[in-house]
Amino acid sequence: MASTAPTRKAMTGKAVTRAPRDTAHEGFLNHRRARWAKVAGIISLVALLAYMLTDPTPRHNGGTWLGYTLGSIGAGMIVWLSLLGVRKRVIGARPFSLKGWTSAHVYLGLSLIVIGTLHTGFQLGWNVHTLAWALMMIVILSGLWGISLYATVPERLSANRGEVTQQQMLEAIRTLDRQMDLAAQPLGADDAALVRMSLEQCRIAGSLGQRLSGNYTSDGNALALAAISEKVMAGMRSGRSDERLQQIQFLLERKEAALAQTRRHIRMKAQLELWLYIHVPVTVALLAALFAHIISVFLYW
Amino acid sequence: MTAYRIAIVGSGPAGLSAAAHAARLGLSHVLLEKTDHLSDTIYKYQKGKHVMATPSQLILRSPLDFDAGKREVVLGTWNDQTAAAKVNVKYKAEVKAIVGTGAPIEGSVMKIVSRKRDGSTETKEIQRLAPPYRLTLAGGEEIIADTVILAIGTQGNPNLMACPGGNLPHVQYQLDDPTEYTDEHIFVIGGGDAGIENALGLCADPAQHNTVTLVNRSADFANAKDANVKALFAARDAGRISIMTETTTKEIEPGFITLDTRDGEVRARCDRIIARMGSAPPRGFVEGCGVEFASNDRLAFPKLSATFESTAPGIYVVGALAGYPLIKHCMNQGHDVVEFINGNLDLKPADEPILEAKFAALPKGPGGGRSVADWLEYLRTRVSILTGMSALQMREFMLDSSVKLYRAGDVIFERNAPGSSLFGIADGQVLVEVNPSDPSITVPINAGTIFGEVGLISGRRRGATVRAGADCILVEISRNAALKLMSQVPSAAREITRITTERSLLQIFKSGLAPADLVDVIAAAKVETVRAGQAIIREGEQGDDIFIIRSGSMVVEKSIGGKPVFLNYVPAGSFVGEMGVIDGGPRTATVRAAVKSDVIRLAGEPFRALLAAQPQLLDKLRGEMANRTRLNNFIESKKDSFSSVVDMYTGVANFLVEQGVGEATDVLLIDEKLCVGCDNCEKACADTHDGLSRLDREAGRTYAHLHVPTSCRHCEHPHCMADCPPNAIHRGPTGEVYIDDTCIGCGNCQRNCPYGVIRMDKVPPKKPWLLSWFLFGSGPGPGEPSHKWAKKADPAYAEKAKKAIKCDMCSGQEGGPACVRACPTGAAIRVSPEQFLSVALMAREGK
Repeated sequence: MASTAPTRKAMTGKAVTRAPRDTAHEGFLNHRRARWAKVAGIISLVALLAYMLTDPTPRHNGGTWLGYTLGSIGAGMIVWLSLLGVRKRVIGARPFSLKGWTSAHVYLGLSLIVIGTLHTGFQLGWNVHTLAWALMMIVILSGLWGISLYATVPERLSANRGEVTQQQMLEAIRTLDRQMDLAAQPLGADDAALVRMSLEQCRIAGSLGQRLSGNYTSDGNALALAAISEKVMAGMRSGRSDERLQQIQFLLERKEAALAQTRRHIRMKAQLELWLYIHVPVTVALLAALFAHIISVFLYW
Repeated sequence: MTAYRIAIVGSGPAGLSAAAHAARLGLSHVLLEKTDHLSDTIYKYQKGKHVMATPSQLILRSPLDFDAGKREVVLGTWNDQTAAAKVNVKYKAEVKAIVGTGAPIEGSVMKIVSRKRDGSTETKEIQRLAPPYRLTLAGGEEIIADTVILAIGTQGNPNLMACPGGNLPHVQYQLDDPTEYTDEHIFVIGGGDAGIENALGLCADPAQHNTVTLVNRSADFANAKDANVKALFAARDAGRISIMTETTTKEIEPGFITLDTRDGEVRARCDRIIARMGSAPPRGFVEGCGVEFASNDRLAFPKLSATFESTAPGIYVVGALAGYPLIKHCMNQGHDVVEFINGNLDLKPADEPILEAKFAALPKGPGGGRSVADWLEYLRTRVSILTGMSALQMREFMLDSSVKLYRAGDVIFERNAPGSSLFGIADGQVLVEVNPSDPSITVPINAGTIFGEVGLISGRRRGATVRAGADCILVEISRNAALKLMSQVPSAAREITRITTERSLLQIFKSGLAPADLVDVIAAAKVETVRAGQAIIREGEQGDDIFIIRSGSMVVEKSIGGKPVFLNYVPAGSFVGEMGVIDGGPRTATVRAAVKSDVIRLAGEPFRALLAAQPQLLDKLRGEMANRTRLNNFIESKKDSFSSVVDMYTGVANFLVEQGVGEATDVLLIDEKLCVGCDNCEKACADTHDGLSRLDREAGRTYAHLHVPTSCRHCEHPHCMADCPPNAIHRGPTGEVYIDDTCIGCGNCQRNCPYGVIRMDKVPPKKPWLLSWFLFGSGPGPGEPSHKWAKKADPAYAEKAKKAIKCDMCSGQEGGPACVRACPTGAAIRVSPEQFLSVALMAREGK
């Protein structure tokens, strides 16, 4: 037993100061009272003033001293900003705040609109240089879209799921399926086929079209529910209501509700990630275009 | 008739060890075992049960080997080694009586007091006779022995089913292997730990298709461990077991059982009955042998000399019956007692080297150093709370405690250091720095008394720095040892309570009070335990008692517009109710316990007299009162302008208190308005902790988008620590509750945690470097790897043992909690409840 002596320090009687930590309850947009917004604002303002107050000949472009300065800053920032993807995956033991990184990423990224555009001197054309600028703008705009999603979706996501986890939502659907399977045992072949449709032809996330449109009326469970409801209504009208069918209808309705909640959940979770499918690949393309832009500038002066 | 030098009764760890040692020494001996196998108590453990070998620092002296492990391995080793040592074992030899055959011992009369049902007592006197002893066995056979070692344990004989049919073959009193039975209707009778564990074992695997019913005579399960009861109810809720309470057995027939329930008679199918209805303690038999017990208490142990000899000369008592339930202790005593009988009276107990090491660093006293026994006696007589203990209790106590010399000026502990141990001053004097900003102002505490008790009681950080005033010898008593001391020695408990009351008053009210000023107040003080949710002060009622919160925490509420509004959260170490004493009006707010708490109630009358004599104290309380009045007024004013904000604040605060945040010291909260569900917190947790995440972000309760995920709150008095066999759960130097490497994976902490934050899992193999995942896709990437990957990456993974895994607050990591650092949006924060449950929350919500 003694061979695996605990490596931890026991109580010492000394007050060991706890590692400093950020206990401020503020989001990434106003991290440290929006410190990075101010930094980014000042950088943009300085760049703008420098651009307006200088008058190089023949005109503003990437080749003037201001152009080089802005270009160097912009390129450095692009590389640094793209490293967020690495930073968030390397945790380690040292102090850092990913929230601070995100905050800087957002505001400095926005300031690139000013820096990058001033660097071009508004000389845009159909070439690799403008391609880099255009890709940068796409990245920034997709980032803006991401921020707007981050600002609005979490609250709805939380409200939709309540205290239920995704795992539990899927489990609830499986439980309903089991109950339905049991309840369907005494049914005739026609009705059982409808239940089977709900069990076998129901896709929780649905097809791409269903996911995009949010319309799941052609899904197995919805069809089964419509058909069974029809039969229950018909039975009631004829005065011969079938309790077993009503039970099935009840279960199908519950499953439909559970499906709706799960689909909303998945949809919002997808929204929170969807923009990254533009943001990240275009960033990679941007880095390549940036590289080509710099090489070509120096090679084909 | 055969005559032996030593007859050993009982073949448990103690008896077996004694017999093996006697065999090794070549002493003529006989080991008498009631059943047909060795060590019945351990034999009756469930199949595969892990047998513990605590205390680990104790050296094993027995000729038999013993190491922690599965029941089968332990028993197998003992069987082999007993046979190899040529121990003379006599199976199926139940001893019915032990009587001396020599002359009457003058003046040695055994008085046996038996209490009758009607409350009267009857005293029987037995004249003790000198050895050798005659042992009469159940079959009538007789054995003569010079000395007798009683090692029969405390288990006694199982209580038998008394109803008709109780002797049928399908009624059994033990369960060896619960997996042996399938497709049976089984009734387990008895709601103690043994019954519950058996019943749970039988229904653990649904594939066995057993229909298990647990029958309990009373309505609740007061005799069972809390964790077992919880597991039982969980099994019932999962539909694996039925529970019948307030039910007794009426009749047993082959294939059926008839039960008397509260609602009448029930006859049910039954293939097997497992009766675990406790056992009759062997006290009657032991007393009949002439062995006197320390008291009439049901749990008392025999009076023994330092060589384990009882009041009957030549009869020795060792093992659980002597008060030592741990296997290792028992085995050592078996060895020692045979040494004593063999004339080696200088033998030191096995814990001697451990205790020697504890005293080694102390200064040599006059006359060239004290022996261990001298040191123990020295401490016992010098420290007031230890005085009530016996020499054996002192030994036991010292194993869990430590003693140290501090030179004048040494710091013993610092203000705000976490710590729950208690210090006793054996010699010298310590100084308490009462004013954090000026260390030169100190209050002395003198030899003989104690300090550090506030940490022990409340689990909060140390309130002041304590230095050695002169060279001093201090005993540091761990929280566990202190609790044991308080439960075993009532005088110690009273003394600790008195001192804690006095000190907390001095510490809270400061203002130059001296203990002498408080005599009247303390005389009228009462310690009360308050249930969670119970109010100690009600708004509008008259009352002038002041309450000091010793442990737990309180919430203060005020009724505004007919609705209770949350005003404040009051942690342990604070006081409430001072307004009643000062202005005498009705109570202005309700104070109720957030969790089960201990409070000291101080009567208003003597306190008012104290205030009259101490104007500074009155000023201090007025200042405190002004603060609270300001808060009241602030909330009142907000109420008109932002009533929804106040409601929100109250709702959030109440929700957090309901979630047990009241006993937390550090809790992870997630603002779901910011959380994008990236689970980077979980990934960071896994990546900084052996690849296993200690938090479940999505699970847990939510109120108004404030989410309390499943993650450790580092409770003041952690529930997980309550029942950890290897004592592997500790509070670290920065306040975190952590589990060390000695965890045996028993799962007690997981069951005891009311918040479900401990998981049992095995450490996955190391992942390839992040960059190689990034560039080449090798390995599972950031976060917790799947079991599938772990199995593939490490063939030994499947065989690894599961251990308890929980949050350690990222102690030792410079950056603080990884979950918080890794949150990209700032949704996750880790705070103490005082930090969060303040008006700051309302100001923020109002934005």
